[in-house]
Amino acid sequence: MKTFTLSLASFLLAFTAQAQIAVKGQVILTMAGEPILDGVVVIENGKITKVGPIADVAIPANATLLEAAYVVPGLIDAHSTVGFSGYMNQPHDQDQFDRSEALQPELRAIDAYNAREVLIDWVRRHGVTTIHTGHAPGPLVSGQTLVAKLHGESVDESVIVPCAMVAATLASPSEGKDKKSPGTRARQSAVLRQALVDAQAWAAKKAKKPDDTPRNLRNEILSRVLAREVPLMITADAHQDILTALRIRDEFGIDLVLDSAADAHSLLPELTRAKVPVLVHPTMARPEGDRRNLSLENAAKLREAGLTIALQAGYEGYVPKTRVVLWEAAMTAANGLSHRDAMATITIDAARILKLDKRIGSIEVGKDGDLALFDGDPFEWTTHCLGTVIEGTRFAGE
Amino acid sequence: MSLIAPLLLCVPLIAASTHADPPRFFFNVHLITMAGDDIERGAMLVENGTITAIGPMESMAAPPNAESIDLSGMTLMPGLVCTHSHVGEVSGGDSSAAMHPASRAMDSIDVRHPSVQRAQAGGVTTAHVMPGSGLLMSGQTILLKLRDGRTLDDLLFLDDANHPISNMKMANGTNPRGEAPAPGTRARAAAIVREMFVKAQEYRAKVEKAKADPTGEAPPRDLGLEAMGEILDRKRTVHHHTHRHDDILTVLRLKQEFGFDVVLHHVSEAWKVADEIAAAKVPCSIILVDSPGGKLETLDIELKNAVELEKRGVLVGFHTDDPITDSRWFLRMAGLGVRAGMSRKGALEAVTLNGAKILHVEKRTGSLEVGKDADFIVLDGDPLSIYTHVQQTWIDGQKVFDRSNDEDRKYATGGMGAGDRDVFHGCCLGGEEEDPR
Repeated sequence: MKTFTLSLASFLLAFTAQAQIAVKGQVILTMAGEPILDGVVVIENGKITKVGPIADVAIPANATLLEAAYVVPGLIDAHSTVGFSGYMNQPHDQDQFDRSEALQPELRAIDAYNAREVLIDWVRRHGVTTIHTGHAPGPLVSGQTLVAKLHGESVDESVIVPCAMVAATLASPSEGKDKKSPGTRARQSAVLRQALVDAQAWAAKKAKKPDDTPRNLRNEILSRVLAREVPLMITADAHQDILTALRIRDEFGIDLVLDSAADAHSLLPELTRAKVPVLVHPTMARPEGDRRNLSLENAAKLREAGLTIALQAGYEGYVPKTRVVLWEAAMTAANGLSHRDAMATITIDAARILKLDKRIGSIEVGKDGDLALFDGDPFEWTTHCLGTVIEGTRFAGE
Repeated sequence: MSLIAPLLLCVPLIAASTHADPPRFFFNVHLITMAGDDIERGAMLVENGTITAIGPMESMAAPPNAESIDLSGMTLMPGLVCTHSHVGEVSGGDSSAAMHPASRAMDSIDVRHPSVQRAQAGGVTTAHVMPGSGLLMSGQTILLKLRDGRTLDDLLFLDDANHPISNMKMANGTNPRGEAPAPGTRARAAAIVREMFVKAQEYRAKVEKAKADPTGEAPPRDLGLEAMGEILDRKRTVHHHTHRHDDILTVLRLKQEFGFDVVLHHVSEAWKVADEIAAAKVPCSIILVDSPGGKLETLDIELKNAVELEKRGVLVGFHTDDPITDSRWFLRMAGLGVRAGMSRKGALEAVTLNGAKILHVEKRTGSLEVGKDADFIVLDGDPLSIYTHVQQTWIDGQKVFDRSNDEDRKYATGGMGAGDRDVFHGCCLGGEEEDPR
């Protein structure tokens, strides 16, 4: 058994694919049952092979040993634009949306994701190991999203879901600045509905006469949305926009993931009936524009209403260029959510909404070896992330 | 600072309401005084808006006519001082010139804006409200106490002579750059500023000469040059937005040339020139943000700015730059300072006493001491913990925020009407998200 040092030798060892890592934690928040006190997690070949109290777990003799006060599942940011909206914020590193058309569901996230973007390292240093990222809120339909593990130097090495969702936005028309966007709420809805109707017709024709139906990138992806293979993520903050999103879901029978939802606290009966998963706006998002009525207690209220929720860093146009989802979840723990439920918003519940809960989101045997290590309660401002493990590979902390 | 005519109407009204209050005795409370050690179990007496006694419980007694307030389990500390805020949708000059020394924040601020109440909910009692950074000199700042009030007068932080307190906002680097009359390069920016200061020196000399010689003619009044003369006379401090290491040094160079007092703001690359900043003995008002970048000048911003400056004995205050960061989580910045390696004392001073020192009002606020204004907050836990909430905010002995009151609580947690209708657009960035102000 080796003790953890920051020597180059152990660092290189960590990058070998066959590495065995054992992580001891004074507190292990498995997110699958009660926390384990004085426990250990063993990762072999990138997967979790053992977890339990130190006394009950045989640690492999060759394992690299890490220790931390708190060990939690690698954090999942359920909605980010990191890898698309680069940290320089200059035209050359801003790939989060294109304004030439209001509706572009055919824009693939895999064609733009920058796996070496500086902010990927930044959020990983704060415990994040998986992000749902891609085309940003803003245009009516900005494009597709993907899910990536924060390792790997290319899109192919990082991405675990190449087309996770299609990103749409229903918002106050005054928030869009380009002339291509619909000028009113009613027209936004009409344009989006017409696109879905067109895709329905295209898909029906293709089913009947596949040889006579030319390929159409837009209809191809929208017909996957209609077939519920890909969820439509609708960013909506104002109450009327949230209700429009639900109306469109019911009309087309699509899989809806509601995003941001600042006014959710005023629509609890409707959202509860709709049983829609919600990616709640960053808790510390600026309360302005369509988000002017946002509540720091949205997460707690939605959770209490029985909805599955996740937190997000979201999209930022300026400073800070990305938020840290750990801190956004921490703020929910200070505003009505229990510690356990707040941690779930960036681990197991985020994994559920992304339909990846069989693979990530909790510390259980058979799941990916993704962990985040902290020197205290992960939510406290004065705690540090000591590092992460992603499928058995170690990465630096703060 | 006798910069602006005394305000006659509001002062007696405020004084009258304060005098009507009974003495208040806050007891059984953990006191973080920021003036010596914490007091585990102490009490504080407030009379007529002023702290008149403070100490451990055993040495304190409530006067017979006092209202006694039991704060068992609570922590009481000085009200927070934000050295750089844009609450109230404040504005300064426009794009008609690069420098606007005559434009006053006091003529633009909306004190009924919800950002003021949100700042109260965050425990901010004193806010230095400034015009933005899109101009070399965007205008005169205004120091506020975030009292409950109907008009600006109700919120002014008046000095001992009952005058408002105002400084001057300046900026360099990329924000003030643009089409003429804005500068297109850094050298041009410095030249414009130097020319204006030279003009102000000449104007001041003419005024002095006319004063000395009753037969001589004074120059026609120029509001801008008057205000700049006050900078040269060090009656008005320059509060200078600056990010990059070379821009920071440019500010120090101009300070050297014209002899003005300056506070460096943001100072994103302070860690690269920390020795020079320390040698110049200038205070820094800094911000800690969630991530680096967002603009080219802040690619290298680091939390360790706070640490490197503290280590060198630089007077460091934090600021919210509200709405860049929300005043409601100003205490978080002290927590992040400690996370980065600051001392606990230094981090807490950076949101209280050091801010007061930077604004030259440390005799009035920033710590809990006899004779100071009763500006304080009541917390339900350690100030650096995320789980702690500001329960009450008091200014001049008046309670302006109480989390147990539903209307106040709304501003702490959000909800209908607690936010802003207008979308904040980051200043001066380039890119479509931006709308330079």
